[in-house]
Amino acid sequence: MEGSTSALVQFLDSNVALVAGIGKIAIALVIALQVAPIMVWVERRQAAFIQRRIGPNRVGLFGFKLFGLGQPLADTIKLLFKEDFVPKHVNKFFYILAPIVPAVMGLLAIQGIPLGKEIIVAGHTINLQPVNLNAGFLYLFAMSALGVYGVALAGWSSNNKYALLGGLRASAQMISYELAMGLALLPMVFIYGTLDLQTMIAAQSETIGFLPKWGIFLSPVSFVLFVVTMFAETNRLPFDLAEGEAELVAGFLVEYGSMRWSLFFLGEYAMMFTLSALTTCVFLGGYEIPWLPHGQLVAMLTPIFTAEPATWVAALIGLGVLIAKVAIFMFLFVQVRFTLPRFRYDQLMRVGWVYMLPVALVNLVVMALIVAFLRLA
Amino acid sequence: VTPVGTARQRLSVKFYLTAILFILFDIETIFLYLWAVLFDQLQWFGIIEVALFVGTLVVGYIYILRRGALNWD
Repeated sequence: MEGSTSALVQFLDSNVALVAGIGKIAIALVIALQVAPIMVWVERRQAAFIQRRIGPNRVGLFGFKLFGLGQPLADTIKLLFKEDFVPKHVNKFFYILAPIVPAVMGLLAIQGIPLGKEIIVAGHTINLQPVNLNAGFLYLFAMSALGVYGVALAGWSSNNKYALLGGLRASAQMISYELAMGLALLPMVFIYGTLDLQTMIAAQSETIGFLPKWGIFLSPVSFVLFVVTMFAETNRLPFDLAEGEAELVAGFLVEYGSMRWSLFFLGEYAMMFTLSALTTCVFLGGYEIPWLPHGQLVAMLTPIFTAEPATWVAALIGLGVLIAKVAIFMFLFVQVRFTLPRFRYDQLMRVGWVYMLPVALVNLVVMALIVAFLRLA
Repeated sequence: VTPVGTARQRLSVKFYLTAILFILFDIETIFLYLWAVLFDQLQWFGIIEVALFVGTLVVGYIYILRRGALNWD
């Protein structure tokens, strides 16, 4: 017994990176998978409040109503047990492949988000970013761009005119807004001088005057551009031309049902969460509490919890702060969805190519000159 | 409901055009990222080079705009 315990400890000690990596990825996956059911409930409640209804408030857990929080669970069970139906006229291989793509990309993308600074366990320092690539958020961009394939394949393989139109529209829209998205974040890269999100967040823990040194104050135009493209990129209203219930029935989702259908939404909500978290990391200081850098927080907690547990508590607080900031964006997504009407397709493409792209370019040039004059002189 | 007819038919060339333009501009964006990371090392030389680069991009952009490639009527 004694021997096996020490063998386990030894194994953990020599494979810290592996064990910590699996743990971090598991935590990020759990978060990403929880977002979809909870957001569906939030969305339905918020829609109900805006439309002066009550919304789902009946289904509870263990006899408690909990404002209907049992509803997502009931929905999930219903979707899981529905018949897995493949229509006869579809292209079967791509029809089955298509829903997997956005779900997988959504779950992969969230791995690039720093969930906290670092924790110290038994003398080992563990960076709380599940996947720490030196390409930083370019990885997130790549994953969010690959989501286009799911939509395009779903639209084409369904062999249905509405689905095809929806898929085409969605692909054209997503690639158009990606340009403005990439250009909007460029100024942030040379302001911080890095692509690494952890370094960016560390730079934002300082203050300028009384304001925290957040990206939103350094480059407000980038922030606005990025939030707009974020809506377009995730196919949310007012940019949900891909679905367009009124004209295209449900766009690329027409031929889908049961769990395949919900995989699209799993991917969409995971991507919403990831992009909101990216915005938070780049523009709103990520997991840092404003005016209280992570180092100071740990120093404050150390007398109460002793050295190592203090970093764990600080990490938990950081995760809470990150999720609170992301929740603001998720709320914005829902609020906008039930407030603004949908664009017309030509207006959508016009906004993307004729307004967003030049504004992003001008913003880039102006920010480059400002930073150059301040820093290079 | 089984759809009537097939969806394997010709499409507006607009979508194709959008995809081509996207590839052009997206590659330009990726090139700009390299400069942005090395902003401090490249100093004014980098800024002037990028200004020329973006200038070329803008000329191309104005051209496609004038040719009506971005008109969706």
